Amino acid sequence: ECVEWEVTDGGGSEIMKWNGWGYSDSKFLFNKKGQAEFTGKRYRLSGMIIPGLKDWMEGTFGANLQHKTPATPLLTSSAVQPATLNKAFLEELKSTGIPFSHDAEDRVFRAHGHCLHEIFALREGKFGRVPDMVVWPNCHNDVVKIVELACKHNVCVIPYGGGTSVSSALECPPEETRSIVSLDTSQMNRILWIDEKNLTAHVEAGIVGQDLERLLNESGYCTGHEPDSMEFSSLGGWVATRASGMKKNIYGNIEDLVIHIRMVTPRGVIEKSCQGPRMSTGPDIHHFIMGSEGTLGVVTEVTMKIRPMPEYQKYGSVVFPNFEQGVACLREVAKQRCAPASIRLMDNEQFKFGHALKPQVSSIFTSFLDGLKTFYITKFKGFDPNRLCVATLLFEGDREKVLQHEKQVYDIAAKFGGLAAGEDNGQRGYMLTFVIAYLRDLGMDYYVIGESFETSVPWDRVLDICRNVKARIIQECKDKGVQFPPLSTCRVTQTYDTGACVYFYFAFNYRGLSDPVHVYEQVEHAAREEILANGGSLSHHHGVGKLRKEWMRDTVSNVGVGMLKSVKDYVDPDNIFGNRNLL
Amino acid sequence: MATEAIYPHRDPMLKKRDDFEDMLEERRNSSDLRYALRCYTPVLYKGLAPCKASMLKSMVLQSDQLHHVIGQVSRETGRAADDVQEEASAILEEMAHCLQLSTVRFFAFTLSKVFKTLFRSICVNEEGIQRLQQAIQEHPVVLLPSHRSYMDFLLMSYILYTYDIALPVIAAGMDFMGMKFVGEMLRMSGAFFIRRSFGGDKLYWSVFSEYVKTMLKNGFAPVEFFLEGTRSRTSKSLTPKLGLLNIVMDPYLKGEVYDINVVPVSISYERILEEALYAREMLGVPKPKESTSGLFKARKVLSEDYGSIHVYFGQPVSVRSLAQGRVNRCQFNLVPRHIPRRPSEEIQSFVNDSAYRLVRAQEENMVLKPWVLLASLLLQNHHQDQTAGQKRGMVLEELTAQAVWLRDMFREYGAFLHWPDHVPPSEVVSSSLSLHRGLVRVCEGRVQLAVEQGGQVKPGEPHSTVTPEEELLSQAVIVLSCASYRNQGLHVFLRPALLASAINAASSNLKQEVFNSFSFLRNMFSNEFILCPGATVQDFEEACYLLVKTGALQVTQQELLVTERGQRTVAFLTSMLDPFLQGYQVVCRFLCEEATENLTEKQFVPAVRKFIIKHLLAGRLRYTEVLSSDLQKNSLAALLRLGAVQKIKAAEQGTLKVNKVMVNSLEDTLGGRLPTQKAVGARL
Repeated sequence: ECVEWEVTDGGGSEIMKWNGWGYSDSKFLFNKKGQAEFTGKRYRLSGMIIPGLKDWMEGTFGANLQHKTPATPLLTSSAVQPATLNKAFLEELKSTGIPFSHDAEDRVFRAHGHCLHEIFALREGKFGRVPDMVVWPNCHNDVVKIVELACKHNVCVIPYGGGTSVSSALECPPEETRSIVSLDTSQMNRILWIDEKNLTAHVEAGIVGQDLERLLNESGYCTGHEPDSMEFSSLGGWVATRASGMKKNIYGNIEDLVIHIRMVTPRGVIEKSCQGPRMSTGPDIHHFIMGSEGTLGVVTEVTMKIRPMPEYQKYGSVVFPNFEQGVACLREVAKQRCAPASIRLMDNEQFKFGHALKPQVSSIFTSFLDGLKTFYITKFKGFDPNRLCVATLLFEGDREKVLQHEKQVYDIAAKFGGLAAGEDNGQRGYMLTFVIAYLRDLGMDYYVIGESFETSVPWDRVLDICRNVKARIIQECKDKGVQFPPLSTCRVTQTYDTGACVYFYFAFNYRGLSDPVHVYEQVEHAAREEILANGGSLSHHHGVGKLRKEWMRDTVSNVGVGMLKSVKDYVDPDNIFGNRNLL
Repeated sequence: MATEAIYPHRDPMLKKRDDFEDMLEERRNSSDLRYALRCYTPVLYKGLAPCKASMLKSMVLQSDQLHHVIGQVSRETGRAADDVQEEASAILEEMAHCLQLSTVRFFAFTLSKVFKTLFRSICVNEEGIQRLQQAIQEHPVVLLPSHRSYMDFLLMSYILYTYDIALPVIAAGMDFMGMKFVGEMLRMSGAFFIRRSFGGDKLYWSVFSEYVKTMLKNGFAPVEFFLEGTRSRTSKSLTPKLGLLNIVMDPYLKGEVYDINVVPVSISYERILEEALYAREMLGVPKPKESTSGLFKARKVLSEDYGSIHVYFGQPVSVRSLAQGRVNRCQFNLVPRHIPRRPSEEIQSFVNDSAYRLVRAQEENMVLKPWVLLASLLLQNHHQDQTAGQKRGMVLEELTAQAVWLRDMFREYGAFLHWPDHVPPSEVVSSSLSLHRGLVRVCEGRVQLAVEQGGQVKPGEPHSTVTPEEELLSQAVIVLSCASYRNQGLHVFLRPALLASAINAASSNLKQEVFNSFSFLRNMFSNEFILCPGATVQDFEEACYLLVKTGALQVTQQELLVTERGQRTVAFLTSMLDPFLQGYQVVCRFLCEEATENLTEKQFVPAVRKFIIKHLLAGRLRYTEVLSSDLQKNSLAALLRLGAVQKIKAAEQGTLKVNKVMVNSLEDTLGGRLPTQKAVGARL
């Protein structure tokens, strides 16, 4: 999707926004004519006018272009707490020659992920506890040195990859009195080797998703791991949070892709001795590492499966008369194990949202065709525009098989009343994934705050959880005094044999509220309780961080927490990796 | 006062209640036929289209739950699955409603005629109707009316039809099905029929629960049933039955719906159609089997005046908010939801507490007519007369004065009393008396219960035709009928009355001592009255609060003291409970003195009745109302619960094993001859 690429360097904050999502040059804004526009050149939507967005924002949130809440434009270094430096550590670090910085901007940039409260605070120019310095190791050995020094001088280390966390995982614990070092892995971004016989690649963990794919593509390979954040998130981050990619149906999730991991811990380096495709050697030590969320050490190098690049890719979409039918279809697809690389089902609200993001069409012919399509679906087929929903599809593989596969899926869809709705709708659906985070920044300019959160749930519960969580959000907003009806919508984004991953989007207009972030957090908390009460998991791929810690015990039982604790106690008795995630 | 701060209760006086509209008024002024044929377009949950009865049945038969149970039954019994499936289908056929608008219209027409003849007015709180309408659109709705008469469910449907609200499907007992034609009529007006007992029948339970849940979950129609399980013959609310409540809460607990609105409905009759019937039934004249011809005999009922009916649709209660912080819904995460499981203890206690709360909500909104006060006063007087041997009855003016005193007390206790304030009290009293002329008569300016007294045999009738026992029973019919009206108001001062009796029974005024005694009585009577489980301290505090508020009691750090002006209140309250106290004692005495080794449960009521008749005739017992089989059964249930009596499973029937020492000591404690044991109840 991305057309341009840059390696984010050490002080990458000029290319990236410091108080919002993504590239500085890409953002939504309302131009002088009051039309929405997406700036920059990086995305398909870049430079386009989006005529429907204004009406949608006004209609959905009751937002008004006259009521603006602009962000503080510049970072004022004086508002940042002065760095607490550990002199001895600093002296020894200098002698290693590893680059470091205690510049305020560098520190603030690595003090947060992308939770709503984090971004909201940045926009207001408020900074809590931030790392006291940033180090940029260049390779595995640099990391070993840094961790040794940190242990020696009792310094707290927080690993930093792409900074796309949405679980408060990067937040510095305010109670931490030691010097906090942010260990930025961005310079460890090389593919060390590619093994074409075994189809593996050995990669440094700081590499960012889009770079990894691009570099592999140059050799005719790919990993196929495409989380929505892949433009910015790093391989090490994926491992540390148990990430999931859009095309996991073909390539698998991170735990299926990883063959070998090297991690530096206060106790030393942990890794396996061989690259056997499967082992029966007691509990898999990789599973202590995957999902450890930076509490045990720094992942430095990973050997991953690679695949030859697919010969053919095809998007697609299906319209269903209602969400229930759509879910039934996805279930059937999962049952027959014929899910395409990606299959996602948006509910009606999200379908309308996607519609509002349609760029201005250039030809009368396209708009005529669109009108015809709408007419066919709503009038001729009798779909209720307020109930219908859309599934977006992505097929990958060799051409013949893709076409065959496509037919199989569309045949199943037809049994559930689904109508094929074209490639274009499908492609736009996936584009939405990349720009949605930019849209949040636009909302925040106009009193609208929101976020997404996810869960995984058995098939028989999918409809119930969607209904109940959406209803709970609406009720909680009402109870908490939100003056406008919120946007409460969901989509099913992954299918498994026994269940699905469900994503919720939730946003509201906060005019009239004195503490909108607190209200937001209360509602999200209630929504999470509702998810758990309906048989949903605490997280499918975002992780626990500090945001969802309180539910860990109920999630994995007392003994489970005890097991994890004892691992932590052994590996890191002095809590050098002190971000306090997870437990 | 300092006590106010200690007991920070919401003042019952401040309870806000809606106004009533008489729905018969319009019926009297416009055509019944046009009314019955008018356009009926109720709003449904989420704007659903109504579902055909046949579609509903196939949804039930295809459900996962039923599928699972059919497989299970087939495996356990070795029967073919098809065979079991057929049985399930037959059960459903027997059970299912088939609501038809034409039948509803027929009922709307005939009931209009009947109601207009029987009743002066049918008053409904229209705000409650509006709330219900709102509730139906938001979430599936369960209607929980109180149950005092056969009339209840026809009346409910009649009201909902009138206000253009979705007609409910109603759980009815199988006994109606005995009446072929009527049964089918009721079925077509929305009733579905369940067997009275189907304890171990897995298949039956499964069909039944799935049927109810399917209707509820899909919001096809509000589900209506009676929490009390059966008509209360005594006008006291009955201990709630939990089976159906469990079923209707299940879809919420399992996350199948976002929420369920439960609407308690209080139906109060100024005069109950079945009044004498109930009394006879409780005295041992068995309940006639419902038959169509029997219903026609009831035609003479049509010529009488039954006053007015008040129907109050209470505030919808959200099951979600009831369960908030009480039930961990994650407990359903690990087993497929369609596999039937016994509810966990947590859920059982939640459903039980909710049931009590809902019954109390029904009680609170029951309209009390002045006659309730008069019946209470006349009954007390009746029993005092017997002992004192004074002139019988009360002077009309005295009755009026006492009624006004009682009225004010009722109001202070927050009762929903309909006493017309613009009419002079004497008129209120005399109009009440005339409506109930079957139960009271005024003679020589004195008002007395219409009981035939010994020696008053009419001339010409041979003395020997009426045995003393028959005479006693015919008196008892009147007394029990009156008692049922008194009972309508019992819930208002039940807690203060328990406290008053506790103060009487306690050996000192020490708070802890009184509390022990209160706790004992409360525990003893928890099968008799609606007392929420585990709320002893709360009830005690509420009782103290009310008595302090009305100036009848002073509460210090250590002691409870009845004030000078409180004596009258306390005396009244105590004598309110006295029949129950005596009744329980006499049952205990029976069990100690006369119960044989192989007394079966079935024999218990006739035997204890005989024992009581003997004592009443001998003048050793004051209260005729102790003859009520309801009281006898409740006391046995209490003794069973306390472990003083045990049920022993025998070949044919359970026999009762009496722990005489324990029963004896309970009797003595009830009679105030033994101090309350420390072990009972919670600490203050």
